[in-house]
Amino acid sequence: MSLDKDTVARIARLARLKVPDEELAPLAGELSGIFAWIEQLNEVDTKNVEPMSSVSDVTLPMRADKVTDGGVAAKVLANAPGGAVYIDPSDRNAGGFFTVPKVVE
Amino acid sequence: MSLIKGETGEWEIVLGLEVHAQVISDAKLFSGAPTTFGADPNTQVSLVDAAMPGMLPVINERCVEQAIRTGLGLNAKINLRSIFDRKNYFYQDLPQGYQISQYKDPIVGEGAVEIDLPDGKTRTIGIERLHLEQDAGKSLHDQHPSQTYVDLNRSGVALMEIVSKPDMRSADEAAAYLAKLRSIVRYLGTCDGNMDEGSMRCDVNVSVRRPGGELGTRCEIKNVNSIRFVKQAIEYEARRQIEVIESGGTIKQETRNFDSGRGETRSSRSKEDAQDYRYFPDPDLLPLIFTQEYVDQIRATLPELPDARKNRYIKDYGLSPYDAGVLTAEKETAEFFEAVAKGRDAKQAANLVTGDFFAMLKRRSATVETSPISAANLGKLLDLQADGTISGRIAKDLFVAMEETGKDPAVLVEERGLKQVTDTGAIEAAIKAVIDANPGQVAAYKAKPTMFGWFVGQVMKSTGGKANPKVVNELLKKVLDA
Repeated sequence: MSLDKDTVARIARLARLKVPDEELAPLAGELSGIFAWIEQLNEVDTKNVEPMSSVSDVTLPMRADKVTDGGVAAKVLANAPGGAVYIDPSDRNAGGFFTVPKVVE
Repeated sequence: MSLIKGETGEWEIVLGLEVHAQVISDAKLFSGAPTTFGADPNTQVSLVDAAMPGMLPVINERCVEQAIRTGLGLNAKINLRSIFDRKNYFYQDLPQGYQISQYKDPIVGEGAVEIDLPDGKTRTIGIERLHLEQDAGKSLHDQHPSQTYVDLNRSGVALMEIVSKPDMRSADEAAAYLAKLRSIVRYLGTCDGNMDEGSMRCDVNVSVRRPGGELGTRCEIKNVNSIRFVKQAIEYEARRQIEVIESGGTIKQETRNFDSGRGETRSSRSKEDAQDYRYFPDPDLLPLIFTQEYVDQIRATLPELPDARKNRYIKDYGLSPYDAGVLTAEKETAEFFEAVAKGRDAKQAANLVTGDFFAMLKRRSATVETSPISAANLGKLLDLQADGTISGRIAKDLFVAMEETGKDPAVLVEERGLKQVTDTGAIEAAIKAVIDANPGQVAAYKAKPTMFGWFVGQVMKSTGGKANPKVVNELLKKVLDA
């Protein structure tokens, strides 16, 4: 499978990556090369093989339905990239909002 | 099947519903943060829900159990092995940049739900699948002129997405389906069905076609949050599609929003290429595997569901399908009715509950739980009537007194002296008084025996409604026909 420029541009947009126009063609070439390398795996006959979802032979660990977390608004909001507004600035665990540039639907 | 008449002939609507039902659990699907509604913003968020680097999801056992329970209630196939996938898209209330959902291998497969239509008929609607997924956070756009505020309290709360087959053919059927689904999850205790608080939301897929013809292109109406709006949205959208096609246009597959204020659907311009979700298995989670024994254990704890209960009411109590449907739609109502009917005449109990009692609840905007009249007291009212302590007319007054005071009807009967008079001496005296005062009417009666009712009325009136009507009838006949 080889990727063209448009496909690369679309994937970049979906991933919110900014790729300058002049880099699209070289990137398409590199990605196509990686695909070609991975496609060698198609030579292996996997007709009756279940897809492997993990290498470890364990089952999904589960948690009891207990409240053990939350109430840490200060920590949660500390790294808010666009900043935060707090209900009570003197007690940041009392709650607040992440703020982002206005998103108009 | 109901057809819509267009300018060029008849059209059939084809509908499929995707319902998001919030799972009843104390903690979230993959974290230990609480799920309670209405807390201060971001106080119910763990670092997992905020998608801090290095945080790993660990699944909540109860959410898995609730999904299986719901699947069993929908007569559906339970998949002993299912997979969690990442559904990738960018939005400010989705901190992970993906939603953990289930794509190819959901926890629940095909099932069926029986719906009750307004004309008393039933229809079976197929269920395509049910899967578990995370809810997103909430965006507030009206708090600041240039900023959007984000609250992640809902982020990571467990949702069940229940997808129907495109089996519905009218807005009424879609409404009946949603009502039945809500009833089932509430009986099961897996979702509270509260559409106002958003614990149940619905996306509606609408297309139109010539009756029995090839399927048309569908539009998806997102996030409709009441049964009434679902009906409105479908009616509007079907009309719109027919008009577009009949005027020579084509329907574009798209997502639309329902504006409940205007009662119309509008194309949502945003997210044009957001349809490419690039699903892939979440490497943070192993396949979800459980045994058939586990499923059977859950099955053994299922309550009697609304359809089974309805059929039992028809069969054992002799109720009409309509009354049985009304009484079983809500679990609380059914339990109330059964408490009233226990050991009594079930039909009389049903008449009282669906009649005066429901009217009283409606008048007071009350529910069965907040009713001023308890089931025990309502039952006693029936007993007082059945054993002849009070007459039917007094029962009506007593009901009003019970509504006002919340008291035991037996106590009210004592306090207010409402006991029915069966003492023949007292009734004979009342009859004599009426006859003596109305010689003209007595003469008229001889010519016109239908006047009899008038005398009964007068005697009842003069005894304040407390005379036993049967005794009055007998004695009056004797005197008048003598």
